[in-house]
Amino acid sequence: MLNVFDDTVSPVEPFLRTERMPHIWCPGCGIGTTVNCFARALIASRVDLNSLALVSGIGCTGRVAGYMKLDSFHTTHGRAIPFATGLKLANPRLNVVVYSGDGDLSAIGGNHLIHAARRNIDLKVICVNNLIYAMTGGQTAPTTPGHAITSTNPYGTFEPAFNLPHLVEAAGAVYVARWTTFHVRQLARSISEAFQKKGFSFIEVISPCPTLYQRRNKMGDGLGTMKYYKEKSKVSNGAPTSEVGLTLNGEIAVGKFVDRDRPDYQSMMRVQYVEFLGERYLEEPETECVCG
Amino acid sequence: MKADPHGVLAGTHFIDGDHACCEGALAAGARFAAGYPITPSTEVVERFAARVPTVGGTFIQMEDELAASIALQGAVWGGAKAFTVTSGPGFSLMMEHIGYAAMTETPCVFVDVQRGGPSTGLPTLPAQADMMQARWGSHGDYEIIALCPNSPQECFDLTIKAFNLAEEFRVPVMFMMDEVVGHMTEKVVIPPADQIEVLPRKHTHKSIEDYLPYATNGDMVPEMAHAGEGYKFHVTGLTHDERGYPNMTVQTQDKLVKRLQNKVRSAADRICLFEEDGSSDSDVVVISYGITSRVAQRAIDLARERGLKVGKLRLITAWPFPEKKVSELATRVKGFVVPELNVGQMVREVERAAAGKVKTYAVPHAGGGVHDPEEILQATAEASRC
Repeated sequence: MLNVFDDTVSPVEPFLRTERMPHIWCPGCGIGTTVNCFARALIASRVDLNSLALVSGIGCTGRVAGYMKLDSFHTTHGRAIPFATGLKLANPRLNVVVYSGDGDLSAIGGNHLIHAARRNIDLKVICVNNLIYAMTGGQTAPTTPGHAITSTNPYGTFEPAFNLPHLVEAAGAVYVARWTTFHVRQLARSISEAFQKKGFSFIEVISPCPTLYQRRNKMGDGLGTMKYYKEKSKVSNGAPTSEVGLTLNGEIAVGKFVDRDRPDYQSMMRVQYVEFLGERYLEEPETECVCG
Repeated sequence: MKADPHGVLAGTHFIDGDHACCEGALAAGARFAAGYPITPSTEVVERFAARVPTVGGTFIQMEDELAASIALQGAVWGGAKAFTVTSGPGFSLMMEHIGYAAMTETPCVFVDVQRGGPSTGLPTLPAQADMMQARWGSHGDYEIIALCPNSPQECFDLTIKAFNLAEEFRVPVMFMMDEVVGHMTEKVVIPPADQIEVLPRKHTHKSIEDYLPYATNGDMVPEMAHAGEGYKFHVTGLTHDERGYPNMTVQTQDKLVKRLQNKVRSAADRICLFEEDGSSDSDVVVISYGITSRVAQRAIDLARERGLKVGKLRLITAWPFPEKKVSELATRVKGFVVPELNVGQMVREVERAAAGKVKTYAVPHAGGGVHDPEEILQATAEASRC
């Protein structure tokens, strides 16, 4: 049993593929902080690690799957959620976590995001939102706040951004929270809470990209961003998600916005089949038909 | 191993190719399908959606073909045999994940009931114009296997074969039907489960400590584990080493990409199925596949009635292309006639294998119908005169 009070070894180290270190993330990047929170949430929630699968898409956050000592899948760009959907449906005993970035989940993967929320597939989605495409050099994302300078909007962005909590709540998510990488304890607690929920949970983590976003927008380094998060964040538990959109330099509403219950996809499927097929419904194959 | 009896609808049926394909998938052990509606393929998953809750499995209609083609791979890593079904426009969207399946060595089946293209083309009418796309559609170098049924009975039999090949080689297998074969209703005999051989997944027997997800033991096909078994393995579409970890070096890329190709190429003799009739002592051999092979049969019969020495080579496996067979025939006959429902795809492979030894006569057709046997007959007569 892991002793979380033993300070000679980091309590998160057993969750990491340490042979793959050093990681690729830049100094001041927030993704590593979120991984730390995720690992601590796994400790706190006592999830069985043998039945936990981690699915990432492409991008800086997409690399999380590769660094965690779990069954992990680094899929294609935007498709972490549909991959995770198939994984969960084929083996309902798995706890499936999708860990990816804002561009991956809400632009190229935006269609899958809203449909998984609509179906209420039992997935926990951790969306690290650094407000740009970082891996490819700092291009505008659907989450980039208005007027921010990016490599593809060098004179400032002018298209409206997605408010992700509002989007996923409208689509049907049962749990929606947002924190920044300053809020490490709150984030870990939210992830733990999501493990208690059945259905589509979505946790947005606002995270710095000092190399591309903060630098171009003259917002300081990693430490400066922490100060900004500390000063400008406002805990707004239960706030209407329509009011939690982000601006370039404004307040960041954080907290748990949505916590509700509705039947998840597989529960609804089971009820419908039982009602219609009765005893003819067979939930799992009676004979082993894959491995012999 | 033998088929799971729950999935086998043993008996004699009068069903179309789409329905027969679904029964083949169920008999092969497929317990997961993800799809998106598209003519003329939808009947396969409609039947699957009706059948699968009674045999212990899941069908999900996804939001698009991109989602369907990756959801099925999630299901495979979750421990199921899985497939998806589509037609040209959807097949185009699935290319990304055919590459992912090839790279991650995810055993699965993509059914493409071909219709006329390009683009939306002829939704309800046949073509065989996705043959090159099936082989080359995703980016990068990789190998796949493609089978071409020419009857509802073969839609059943060869779907089982497709799943077995996918498991044996850990590749995505393309099941290249066409609208006519898909919608043609004929007698289909489904044998009892104990007469159906199903290949189990190549699951590792190694301990968690000893398991390397992409290590091979001579046969070039690594052993699989499933999520949730404690192996804590990593799968990525990036170039990876034996541990499954990303490794961006020329050496790792070379080793991986060549293995992905060679595991199929080195077994081509075993994978390549074809049907021959008098091909080695003929002047001319008609090479065809899918529905066109049945039209070609009429042309061959007519040619023989006229005294021409015409043989038949029907490709059941299109990829890997049976080049050894075609190359060998090229040393014995005077010409090849290649009718297909496209304006020249597999004929290029025939020409390549013939290597200039004999003349090849293409009989193109842009799709929307099938050939008039007379067109094939004329080409056969012309080839015989040389």
